[in-house]
Amino acid sequence: MSPAVASGLGLWGVPLAVAAGAIRVSTPFLYVSLGECITEKSGRVNLGLEGTLVMGAMSAYGISYLTGSPWLGVLVAGAAGMVLGALHGWLCGLPRVNDVAIGIALILFGTGLAFFLGKPFIQPVARQLPAIDLGFWSSSPEVRSALRVNALFVLGLVLAPGVAFFLDRTRWGLILRTVGESADAARAMGYSVLRVRLLATMAGGFFAGVGGSFLSLFYPGSYNERLSSGQGLMAVALVIFARWSPVRCLWASLLFGAASALGPALQSIGMTSGYQLINAVPYVLTLAIMIATSSASRSLPGQPAELGAAR
Amino acid sequence: MNARVYETLSIRVGALALSFVLFGGFVALAGADPLDVYYQMYRGSIGTWFSFQNALLRAAPLMLTALCTAIPARLGLTIIGGEGALVLGGLAAAGTGLALTGLPGSVVVVAMATIGFAAGALWVGAAGALRAYRGVNETISSLLLSYIAIALMTYLVEGPMRDPTSLNHPTTRAIPPDAMLGNIPGFDVHWGLAFGIVACVLAHILMMRSVFGFGGAIVGGNLRAALLCGLPVRRMMVIACALAGGAAGLAGMAEVAAIHGRASDSLVAGYGYTGILVSFMAQHEPLAIVPVAVLFGGIGASNGLIQRADHLPDATVNVLQGILFVVILASETLYGRFSLFRPASKKDEPLSSAAPPAPPGPPVPPVENLPEAAA
Repeated sequence: MSPAVASGLGLWGVPLAVAAGAIRVSTPFLYVSLGECITEKSGRVNLGLEGTLVMGAMSAYGISYLTGSPWLGVLVAGAAGMVLGALHGWLCGLPRVNDVAIGIALILFGTGLAFFLGKPFIQPVARQLPAIDLGFWSSSPEVRSALRVNALFVLGLVLAPGVAFFLDRTRWGLILRTVGESADAARAMGYSVLRVRLLATMAGGFFAGVGGSFLSLFYPGSYNERLSSGQGLMAVALVIFARWSPVRCLWASLLFGAASALGPALQSIGMTSGYQLINAVPYVLTLAIMIATSSASRSLPGQPAELGAAR
Repeated sequence: MNARVYETLSIRVGALALSFVLFGGFVALAGADPLDVYYQMYRGSIGTWFSFQNALLRAAPLMLTALCTAIPARLGLTIIGGEGALVLGGLAAAGTGLALTGLPGSVVVVAMATIGFAAGALWVGAAGALRAYRGVNETISSLLLSYIAIALMTYLVEGPMRDPTSLNHPTTRAIPPDAMLGNIPGFDVHWGLAFGIVACVLAHILMMRSVFGFGGAIVGGNLRAALLCGLPVRRMMVIACALAGGAAGLAGMAEVAAIHGRASDSLVAGYGYTGILVSFMAQHEPLAIVPVAVLFGGIGASNGLIQRADHLPDATVNVLQGILFVVILASETLYGRFSLFRPASKKDEPLSSAAPPAPPGPPVPPVENLPEAAA
């Protein structure tokens, strides 16, 4: 969070910064969790979205810098995520290959590739995504800056119910859920389980790539190797918390965004020690939520039955 | 049994070769000469006695962090939080060394190793306990705990435990010099390497040759069967995770007591993540971890040379590791495909390429990983 947000308002800056952060920081969480939601509904877990997120951030920044068009960057980031998703989906389709392990491998591969290709883009400044000024009614610069909302966030607000509609109300969504609930039933109906899961993983990768483009093209808004610190992984945990519901993913993302904004907000009002611990709040929150929502005695309501690993 | 060893070796070596070919293609696309990159990797890892000792130096923590993934893997648990356990073990060891300044060096070293082990054991053991008693996914929770451990280390090193004279790069104060681990006689390699090898041998005995290890293989192979036999599944999960975390904690202790002399963010060097890869490559078999760790130590050691000689970025090694990891996991699909390695009669392969539905329960690399003791 920029120090300017909080400075003029003193302590009142903290809740404002946290609210603004909830909107701002939540977007990558939202996209990754929506993507993972689609993938997991098909009965497969892609832990590799952390790598996809970093790859998306790097490719979006690079493309925006080279072509001057941030929106093209967003698209390319989605495409890069889709390629990584296709790799995951294809490898997991081979017999005896474990999807959790492949996910871990793709975290390493995605971040490694992004770090390698991203070296030339650490210094230069790329064109950023435009913001929508929702704070025009206010005279306070703090409020105005807090309400500068990115179009991707607005799109995410629409996408969450959109994905829910797709899963619950469309024919394709029904096929996808069938594959996730019972591969045998889907096979008996003549659907290719592997192809559905491949497509679902590719769609998940696309979403995660777009989420990554937000990191480098809006907030924090530059590319470096410390851009993501587990957001992709937390978003996977968040899907479990949201019980595989896209709309609940939206609320959960806002909560995580707020938690992530707390540390920087406190730092900006002059907290000099201990903020390192506050920065760990999102991880602790994720863990606490996982402990609270998990159950030693088997599956959770809403969990796709084919999902053995995500508990 | 021998056929299986040959099969594993051939497939692993084949996967390794394919990875290096793919990596060669990748660096060629990046404008470097692949043959020269291979040559520099050779020179930087085993080409000279000096570089080989450098490889061994890096292999030492890798053996211990690989055990952090390998031991729970026997029980079907996928733990990826070795980085955090290493950092915390190093921090706890440094704290112990500072608190016990004045006592004889050997006493301090033993105390540091014990406390470092305990800190790692507590951390990863917690992930195991959450899984066993609460059903929390241990893969995600162990990585989250890892991030929390790193935040805790950053807080303590920049705050309460900071050496006021460390300005740009905050560290703790240095541990007493007589509490430092020396080198193994005749080598430029510290005793941490011996820790690693001994730990791998002990883990092999525990997991492959003991009742506990056999029970663990049942838990990993078929959880329901283990429960029906009346095995104390939950307690075993916690113990396995605690031992695993302890090994990684010991790696952190050795890094502090043999190299850095103090705790700082230099401990966050990626050994925990590379250890995951080492464990998977070694098929979670503790004895196989030793040579695989040396291999990856060599890859790490050659990184500097590749950067200088071929003008490639430092992330080149990350790309190679990513390629290796993906190819090795994908090569799992080849087991049982070659009649060359098949004993007289074996079960039918799946008829179509369609994967059988995943069984409920933790992801396990199933029958192949049962120890020979079962036969």
